[in-house]
Amino acid sequence: MAGVPKNVAQMKPGEIGIVAGFTDEHLSVKLMEMGCLPGAAIKFNFTAPLGDPICISVSGYELSLRLEEAATISILN
Amino acid sequence: MSATRRTKIALVGNPNSGKSSLFNQLTGLNQKIGNFPGITVEKKSGMCTLPNNEIVEIVDFPGTYSIYPRSLDERIVSEVLLDHHSSETPDKIVVVADASNLKRNLLLLTQIIDIGLPTILVLNMMDLAAKAGLSYDFNKLSKKLGVPVVPVAARQGVGINQLKQQLAKPVPAPATQIFPVWSEASQPIKELRDSLGVDNDYEAYLFLEQPLSLTFLSKEHKEIVDSIRERHQFFPGKFQGAETIQRYSYIQELLNEVTLQSSIDEGAWKKYSRSIDRILTHKVWGYACFFGILFLIFQAIFAWASWPMDQIDFIFGFISTYIKEVLPAGPLTSLVADGIVPGIGGIVIFVPQIAILFAFIAILEESGYMARVVFLMDKIMRKFGLNGKSIVPLVSGVACAIPAIMATRTIDNWKERIITIFVTPLISCSARLPIFTILIALIVPDEKVLGFFNIQGLALMGLYLLGFAAALSSAWIMKLFIRVKERSYLIMELPTYRVPKWSNVGYTIIEKTKAFVLEAGRVILAISIILWVLASYGPGDKLERAEETITKQTAHLNISGQDRENLIASYKLENSYAGVIGKAIEPAIKPLGYDWKIGIALITSFAAREVFVGTIATIYSIGNAAKEDDDTDNTIKTRMRQEINPETGGPRFTPAVGFSLLVFYTFAMQCMSTLAVVYRETKGWRWPLIQLAYMTVLAYVSAFIVFTVLS
Repeated sequence: MAGVPKNVAQMKPGEIGIVAGFTDEHLSVKLMEMGCLPGAAIKFNFTAPLGDPICISVSGYELSLRLEEAATISILN
Repeated sequence: MSATRRTKIALVGNPNSGKSSLFNQLTGLNQKIGNFPGITVEKKSGMCTLPNNEIVEIVDFPGTYSIYPRSLDERIVSEVLLDHHSSETPDKIVVVADASNLKRNLLLLTQIIDIGLPTILVLNMMDLAAKAGLSYDFNKLSKKLGVPVVPVAARQGVGINQLKQQLAKPVPAPATQIFPVWSEASQPIKELRDSLGVDNDYEAYLFLEQPLSLTFLSKEHKEIVDSIRERHQFFPGKFQGAETIQRYSYIQELLNEVTLQSSIDEGAWKKYSRSIDRILTHKVWGYACFFGILFLIFQAIFAWASWPMDQIDFIFGFISTYIKEVLPAGPLTSLVADGIVPGIGGIVIFVPQIAILFAFIAILEESGYMARVVFLMDKIMRKFGLNGKSIVPLVSGVACAIPAIMATRTIDNWKERIITIFVTPLISCSARLPIFTILIALIVPDEKVLGFFNIQGLALMGLYLLGFAAALSSAWIMKLFIRVKERSYLIMELPTYRVPKWSNVGYTIIEKTKAFVLEAGRVILAISIILWVLASYGPGDKLERAEETITKQTAHLNISGQDRENLIASYKLENSYAGVIGKAIEPAIKPLGYDWKIGIALITSFAAREVFVGTIATIYSIGNAAKEDDDTDNTIKTRMRQEINPETGGPRFTPAVGFSLLVFYTFAMQCMSTLAVVYRETKGWRWPLIQLAYMTVLAYVSAFIVFTVLS
């Protein structure tokens, strides 16, 4: 996986990362409006029973995202 | 703006910022639901008396994260705020922000400040902010933003008076400009402002950015905006991300300056909330809890509501009889007693169920649990072309499809919303229940299997499951047919759990019930009057001579007064227009096992299915007087059981006919109010007509198969 930035969909429950950027422009606006900003700490909380969607914590809020949406958030860690 | 016009104050803010608590605190019971003129978005407004005795109108807008809308109900915010010169333009805007987490909440505020209408910032949930160790320099915040700042705790009612005092003072439009529009946009903005007289740069910028929110513009003006956008090759949405980032960096700097104290401890209640989530979103317990709650809701709708429903039924029956006794007999009395009163009763009788359903839904939403249901169900629902958010309409559909279809507005994807609207009427609503009950009692034996399962109860549950299965499979089929490029997403906040505020629950119940009575009520009332005409008048003079004819026919029989009345009523119905139509459609419904008498019931219940039982009661010679009897059901049942099919010599209601009817009513549309709501929500006749055709064909074919297989 060297060189390929990790994204939120690849995180494990309990893992914390820093939002690095977005790979989808359309979704990025919605995510930012809800407080998911580049540089913010993001925590992968848990997944829904069927593995999708997932729950993350960012900027003091809990958000639910589908895996395909989580995959558009790249993280540094 | 005329001098007599009442001051309008708009409440806007993020979802979960406590906006509705504030709205309820300001307006109390003086609330009403209307529509914004020209657009079919619900407008929730109420009156509030200020300390200077001025009465102002408070308008509650749907929660939104930014001025750029994501769903249909959010679009109203930008539509109203961009239109500075209409009767709907608010005089003051109150932006409600969650003080315990200001950063995200201020994004919308900075956009609204830039639009340049008089704005007040309300920092709500100050109690939670204090618990989290947060406090702000309000004066500095107010000075920096150029708007008044009022701290409140709306759930506790703290700070409401200060807010009312602030609302009574004049508020100038903010002079601050937070986001300077891009230089690329300055030329088209200048042209726009020159040609349309738009008030300020950011407003003009949003005209270019949001072509869909400009429904208030005249066609010519819209063309001007479109041509400017085209000439400068301005692509809507292109700069939105950059704008958001720029605003956030402004907000971050501002917060660094005005936050007096901030501890990193996020508060015990949040941790508590997380441990609740561990159970409620658990693989096993999560679904167990959800189905447990569903079971409780159904139990409540059907068990708790039956007593008030019986009372309502009795009261309206009594009023009808009373009117007939008091007023002189004639067409007018008959219209009131047999048309209008039962028509209104037919609406009011559903109020207990609707109130109970919305009590539950309000509690689930207030507590934050509804978002978890969406979270749990999203993956399953997506397989059927629906969205996790479709679960709310589908569950509401058990009481009534009308509020359920209105609840689909929160689904932002058009395809998922249309599919949800399309399949919701297949969920068995409470109006089907009387039909189910009487037919099941007629054809299913009242026995127990395995010691404790009542077969009739199992049959009823089977019909509900059948409707649910039909809804899901229809959704799956539709998913294959509707193709759209629009992407589906589910980026949603999971709010912290909290104890519901009971007054908010109460307001929701009142508001939804009122909306149902007015929305559905009008249609049901109109239809019941039409039905009365169809059932009371007929070709020729047979109806006038009914009494004479029956007297002649029964002259040699020993028949009591009541039975004779019943025979006359039944003869009248047979020869009315409804009877004529029933006979005309007999060839079409014969394959399903029905005769012209059932045909009349199908016709009369076309507009509102609950009319079926009443019509059947009349056709099978049960006069109104029998209703006073406690065993009404038994009476109808006995009469129906005694009805003979002249072709076979056996009973008319064989299991084959009964099940065929049950299946028919499970699938058939048979509800004009639902069609009217679908028309309104989809803005055209296309979807309601497809829906009507689909459900009728599905009902007909299924009933035919059931009848053929069973007989």
